[in-house]
Amino acid sequence: MKLSASANPGPVEDWRQGGFGIYLHWPYCLAKCPYCDFNSHVASNVDQGVWAERYLSEIRRIGQETEGRVVNSVYFGGGTPSLMDGETVTAILNEIRATWPLANDCEITLEANPGAVELGRFAAYRDAGVDRISIGVQALNDLDLQRLGRLHDVTSALAAIRLARSLFGRVSFDLIYARQNQSLQDWQDELQQALDLEPDHLSLYQLTIEEGTVFARRHAAGHLKGLPEEDLSADMFDLTQERCEKAGLPAYEVSNHAREGQESRHNLIYWNAGDYAGIGPGAHGRLTLNGTRWATEAPRAPNTWLKAVEDLRSDQRTALSREDQAIEYVMMGLRTRKGLSMSRLNALGAGTFSPNRLSELQESGLLLVEDDRLRATDQGRILLNRVIAQLLGA
Amino acid sequence: MTQLDLIRNFSIVAHIDHGKSTLADRLIQLTGTVAERDMKAQMLDSMDIERERGITIKANTVRIDYPAKDGRTYVLNLIDTPGHVDFAYEVSRSMRAVEGSLLVVDASQGVEAQTLANVYHALDAGHEIVPVLNKIDLPAADPDRVKQNIEDVIGLDASDAIPISAKTGLGIPEVLEAIVARLPAPKGDRDAPLKAMLVDSWYDPYLGVVVMIRIMDGVVKKGDRIKMMQTGAVYGIDKLSVLKPQMVDIAELGPGEIGVFTASIKQVRDTRVGDTITTEKKGCETALPGFKPAQPVVFCGLFPVDANDFEALRDAIEKLALNDASFSTEMETSAALGFGFRCGFLGLLHLEVIRDRLEREYDLDLITTAPSVVYHLYMKDGTKQDLHNPADMPDLTYVDHIEEPRIKATIMVPDEYLGDVLKLCQDRRGIQLDLSYAGSRAMVVYDLPLNEVVFDFYDRLKSVTKGYASFDYVLTEYREDHLVKMSILVNEEPVDALSMMVHRDRAEGRGRAMVEKLKDLIPRHMFKIPIQAAIGGRVIARETLSAMRKDVTAKCYGGDATRKKKLLEKQKAGKKRMRQFGKVEIPQEAFISALKMDS
Ligand SMILES: Nc1nc2c(ncn2[C@@H]2O[C@H](COP(=O)(O)OP(=O)(O)O)[C@@H](O)[C@H]2O)c(=O)[nH]1
Ligand SMILES: C[S@@+](CC[C@H](N)C(=O)[O-])C[C@H]1O[C@@H](n2cnc3c(N)ncnc32)[C@H](O)[C@@H]1O
Ligand code: SF4
Ligand SMILES: [Mg+2]
Repeated sequence: MKLSASANPGPVEDWRQGGFGIYLHWPYCLAKCPYCDFNSHVASNVDQGVWAERYLSEIRRIGQETEGRVVNSVYFGGGTPSLMDGETVTAILNEIRATWPLANDCEITLEANPGAVELGRFAAYRDAGVDRISIGVQALNDLDLQRLGRLHDVTSALAAIRLARSLFGRVSFDLIYARQNQSLQDWQDELQQALDLEPDHLSLYQLTIEEGTVFARRHAAGHLKGLPEEDLSADMFDLTQERCEKAGLPAYEVSNHAREGQESRHNLIYWNAGDYAGIGPGAHGRLTLNGTRWATEAPRAPNTWLKAVEDLRSDQRTALSREDQAIEYVMMGLRTRKGLSMSRLNALGAGTFSPNRLSELQESGLLLVEDDRLRATDQGRILLNRVIAQLLGA
Repeated sequence: MTQLDLIRNFSIVAHIDHGKSTLADRLIQLTGTVAERDMKAQMLDSMDIERERGITIKANTVRIDYPAKDGRTYVLNLIDTPGHVDFAYEVSRSMRAVEGSLLVVDASQGVEAQTLANVYHALDAGHEIVPVLNKIDLPAADPDRVKQNIEDVIGLDASDAIPISAKTGLGIPEVLEAIVARLPAPKGDRDAPLKAMLVDSWYDPYLGVVVMIRIMDGVVKKGDRIKMMQTGAVYGIDKLSVLKPQMVDIAELGPGEIGVFTASIKQVRDTRVGDTITTEKKGCETALPGFKPAQPVVFCGLFPVDANDFEALRDAIEKLALNDASFSTEMETSAALGFGFRCGFLGLLHLEVIRDRLEREYDLDLITTAPSVVYHLYMKDGTKQDLHNPADMPDLTYVDHIEEPRIKATIMVPDEYLGDVLKLCQDRRGIQLDLSYAGSRAMVVYDLPLNEVVFDFYDRLKSVTKGYASFDYVLTEYREDHLVKMSILVNEEPVDALSMMVHRDRAEGRGRAMVEKLKDLIPRHMFKIPIQAAIGGRVIARETLSAMRKDVTAKCYGGDATRKKKLLEKQKAGKKRMRQFGKVEIPQEAFISALKMDS
């Protein structure tokens, strides 16, 4: 994505340094996975016509507020967006094109579940303009896929990757590791298998027990055994960095790996504190309008959202102070390999953290300042929550 | 005023739970002293804590009118005394005010450690003693065995012991008759100058300081000008009453009578228990022997969990101290715990009671540091210092030697647990003084250092004997021993609140236990943290808390920015409960757990 070359657009238009993206949330799945805390629901009949109409109306509404912006990325996330009809996706992308100019290198991603992949729909997505697919493979082991409550097996996941590759220029897939009873060797083998597929992009997440999920309840009851202790999980993380780096897929963010140039531009908008419109149930957004940066949040329940759009009350907005913005920039920016720009941070207002805290963390070898960039060292990244807390004085 | 030969003053002596309070209730009830509808269980235990724990902390008094079989109506004054060793002092002084005791023994149990301790106080005070066998309604009751037990262990003739059930009321009339027939009437001279013993005093929020007295000679009336012989202070009596058990005004009190008065006295501290009260003019010549004031023997720091509560704690402590002259306090500052108070108590139960009352009645959250006894430091320059707080221990090069308080402990235990009890006492540097048997129960007497007892002795004793042992002690003397100050260092920084005095030979074990506990309590940091126990510069135990290896959120997208910020807020809020030691943060909870008294 091409960002304005001018060194510093000033705090009012700070978002420009991260770009502008559109996130569309499709809230339905075929089944709810027991570890998942995303806003996803299972429903028997979904009227895609109504949904398309509501998405279009949201696009128009936000389009009016952000007229003239250039879109750097569109992302269909979920839920399971690969359950959307080809026509729904086509209508949405057409409306987006009619509303904003798209950057020449605009990235259009859709998240797909291997179980819900269908050749006909994939071709329709491609024809609609989708150029990047992110597939939720999660594990390369059938037993573990079952434990994760997935509806697909390894064979169909590999088939989905093959199919996607034949249709789209850019294909990524997700794996969840640090699973129950997974040894370091197990993960090393599985990761190698993934790397042998020669992907350009990989998202590798350690299993997180999220509040409110089935796993969380089982965990609290002591029924989710065999999860790795801190030491094993650290070893797994270190191994992941090392193997991916060697395979030419270094981490450009805590859990995301890509070949040079194949990074997900959409996610970089989040981590570089750009603006993004959040459209769909439970979608969050960040929009800078007339010099104020707003955090937007849409109602989570699908039907509530449909109704809210109709009533033109589809999101709740909270103004972010400069300080809030700076804190978000630190929290998000430090996740990336490149880190954040000190001059950009300072332009948002000094005093986000004391120089003492920074130099302490530098001395401990956890943070690094080079040229204008503040970033976490390898040692700092694996402790990032602590580093950030200490830097920001918590 | 009552004729001397129509007065009987007595107390009840019993081990905890043998039925002292229940018997008192029955006596009050049967004589109609309190209307049936106003009766509640444990009439004389007025504090919440007393009722809840089933213990008596403050002595309490009730005056009972009893029409006896001989056709005359007697005035019976019952002073209900605390049973616990911490309040032994209160027991012994209360007993000086009466002439006899009922010795209550649970007929299904037999004599226990506190029965013994308290009966000795009664014998010391020259009491006539009437043994009473309680709980004979229980199938396990064995009155004959227990009679024999009383004779064997206490050496008291139990052939006339009265079998009763305080629960059902069986035998209560016989107890009342025995009080009249077997206990002596008080003596005294009505025409002599006033001579009264100050038995107790307490603070009442409506009346101010209330003073309880026993008249030895002479008469006191409302409006009299009286003088406290020790302090020399003079007061006018505003209100003169007897306790039934609520206050009932009375015109005058004569020899042998017990009552209370108020006299615009500001603080409990202005009164001296054991002082002699006489009239301002034409008073008596010689005072009663008096008592030594009770000395605090156990000290600990009390700190508010929330530093903002310091003022509230100060107020609460001042209020409690108004009513409890045996509780001493002094400001203390700790690097670990901030501002608080160093407080002295009569014992561990007293400590717990005060802490409970502070937390409950004043709604405070407190951290209690490890209890410590008072050590006597003999300095090389010939001076002597009292050490209440291990943190104040001077450099050893100035100290010639250290003495610590010793106790004589009596433990009664079924013989199957005897071995474990002996081992426990031995481990705690005890010296056996005596071992005897009464039936299947053993009585052991040990000379022990008090500092080993305040550590977690009760708890250990309870657990090795499954709760079947009873324990009591008296302080005996100060004795020299090889005592050292053990410091705890976290990341090379001493943590003042965790330092303690220990015997040299026990230091390793205690140090090891502490560093292991702390290793579990302190959260991992981004660097490794040595945790050490040291004596002077020498490390005697060490653990290393390894560095945290991983703490990073796996996935973080658009919606998570908000979530992450909330997490940060939470971390910031949590930080308020952290204490900083150099680079290490120790959660408040870690101190609470590390210092948790196991008693
Ligand atoms: N069965 C039975 N229980 C009794 C009797 N007297 C007291 N108790 C019970 O023993 C327990 C302790 O009694 P309490 O009067 O509080 O003992 P204290 O600690 O000596 O004051 C209570 O649960 C009483 O109800 C009795 O004569 N028979
Ligand atoms: C929006 S989610 C799901 C996308 C898609 N519906 C699927 O399940 O394949 C994106 C990714 O987050 C990861 N993820 C979800 N919940 C997770 C958890 N509790 N721990 C770790 N990773 C998780 C999974 O790898 C998932 O593919
Ligand atoms: S992991 Fe994916 S498929 Fe499973 S419930 Fe979550 S969003 Fe739906
Ligand atoms: Mg009682």
